[in-house]
Amino acid sequence: MSETAIKPRIEEIPLKEQLAQKLPVLLVPVLAAVGLIAIGNPASWLTLTVAGLAMGMMIFIMASGLTVVFGLMDVINFGHGAFVAVGAFVGFTVLAWLAGWTASPSVFMNLSAVLIAILAAMLVTGLLGLAFERVIVMPVYGEHLKQILVTMGGLIVAQQMIYVVWGPDELHMSRPEALQGSLVIGEAAIEKYRLVAVGIGLALFIGMRHILKNTKIGLLVRAGVENGEMVEALGYRIRRLFLIVFMTGSALAGLGGVMWGLYQETITAHMGSEIMVLVFIVVIIGGLGSVEGCFIGAMLVGLLANYTAFLAPKVALISTIALMVVVLMWRPQGLYPVVKAK
Amino acid sequence: MAENLLTLSGVHTHIGPYHILQGVELAVPEGGVTVLLGRNGAGKTTTLRTIMGLWTASQGDIRFGDHVITRLSTPEISRRGIAFVPEDMGIFTDLTVAENMLLAAANGPMDQKRLAWIKELFPPIGSFWNSSAGTLSGGQKQMLSVARAIIEPRRLILIDEPTKGLAPAIIKAMIDALKELKETDTTILLVEQNFAMASSIGDTVAVMDDGHIIHSGRMDELVADVALQEKLMGLSLEAHQ
Repeated sequence: MSETAIKPRIEEIPLKEQLAQKLPVLLVPVLAAVGLIAIGNPASWLTLTVAGLAMGMMIFIMASGLTVVFGLMDVINFGHGAFVAVGAFVGFTVLAWLAGWTASPSVFMNLSAVLIAILAAMLVTGLLGLAFERVIVMPVYGEHLKQILVTMGGLIVAQQMIYVVWGPDELHMSRPEALQGSLVIGEAAIEKYRLVAVGIGLALFIGMRHILKNTKIGLLVRAGVENGEMVEALGYRIRRLFLIVFMTGSALAGLGGVMWGLYQETITAHMGSEIMVLVFIVVIIGGLGSVEGCFIGAMLVGLLANYTAFLAPKVALISTIALMVVVLMWRPQGLYPVVKAK
Repeated sequence: MAENLLTLSGVHTHIGPYHILQGVELAVPEGGVTVLLGRNGAGKTTTLRTIMGLWTASQGDIRFGDHVITRLSTPEISRRGIAFVPEDMGIFTDLTVAENMLLAAANGPMDQKRLAWIKELFPPIGSFWNSSAGTLSGGQKQMLSVARAIIEPRRLILIDEPTKGLAPAIIKAMIDALKELKETDTTILLVEQNFAMASSIGDTVAVMDDGHIIHSGRMDELVADVALQEKLMGLSLEAHQ
């Protein structure tokens, strides 16, 4: 084929469209700036902003798995909250076993205990995800109504199992010594644990982006989100990919459960289903299946919840729902709609 | 005539309540281009998708080489050496051209010699190597779709209407590329409505209507027999007027 027969040409994206693509990223600093103006006091604003970002990061950790599972597998998993709760309880148990480490004045011992608790929680919830996908989700691929029903059923079963293993009472999950208390920066007091949560959330986001952009499995996930049928036609077993992604999403929910438990310092069997309201809002705001959208949505929800709780506590009750309504009126498919060929 | 690489025997396919393929009998000889002709809705795309395992045949056998592949999964069928270029091209628009090609090389790293040949065959693949596939024009996407199918040596390539909606210059380029591909002894089963294109590269032809093969034979015989062409086309038109 000659070069002259087909002149290479690429369709230029109009400037307006390019700006529209970047616009959601600006929402977080814009909201932070509006928060500063509304709050007035920079010290209070800094405290609330770090608290909001930490809350957002923890929601992102829990929501990221759910959004990828939905995008790739087209599965609405109402049982995702079960992994959050189980993760928190496993983390609680491990931290209780390592009470000597968590009470130690050594920061290294404290962080090692948290790390072991996180790894154990992720391992257990990852394996639980394996069983959940094989037993509950696999028979209802492509049937959304049945997915909602059976995954809700799975959530109830998991909650009852928590009652059986850990009892019906809420448990106190105390943070290790090194993560208690606050750092004082100027007049602002910032809880140490929130900084850790921001760090872990950011590291996870950067890691996920790296995997999705630069590894073959990441490419397969992105391709599968868009057109799973074509991925199969290229010779890849997408069901195996589904399982890996589902287990990873479940493990991330377990990580989020430990983080959320240490943040709230109280855990219950229902904590997962309670936080799922925020998690679903974040997934919907972000654009079902979009990791970037999920991250921005989580930051917006975290910041708005903290600002409104300070400025107008009654409004805080509806602020995140109102945010979702406004975002969907602006972008009905979410901040970063995922292109789907199927 | 060469031995048949692919044989469909009495293949039926149901999609929901619809009975689309109603006993398809089709033989694709090895090493040439077989063109599947027929009006819209005749069952051509369903035939390709059934061969690929994307829809499961409810009855009948599909034999590829010495093996029956009727009940195999799509990835297994693909790994046996069948590539598929769907009607909608199936491009991953969120990925770059390079990433699309990388995924298509499912069995390992891309063969650089083969890649160079593909870039020569389809110059835009090289020109837009790092561009998002979503920003390519329709013709370029079609080239990428075919390029993906041939990045690894395949025994059979199923191509569904590669010229649909393309400009004449691009159609000519596509015909040239398929002719060159034919020279590599790759067997092609091509669904095409453009008879001029089909007749220029086809060795054998099968005509479908209402989920059946109503004619099969050599392409040059069909080209030479205007009466037969009119009979086949007439049948299609009359049946749906």
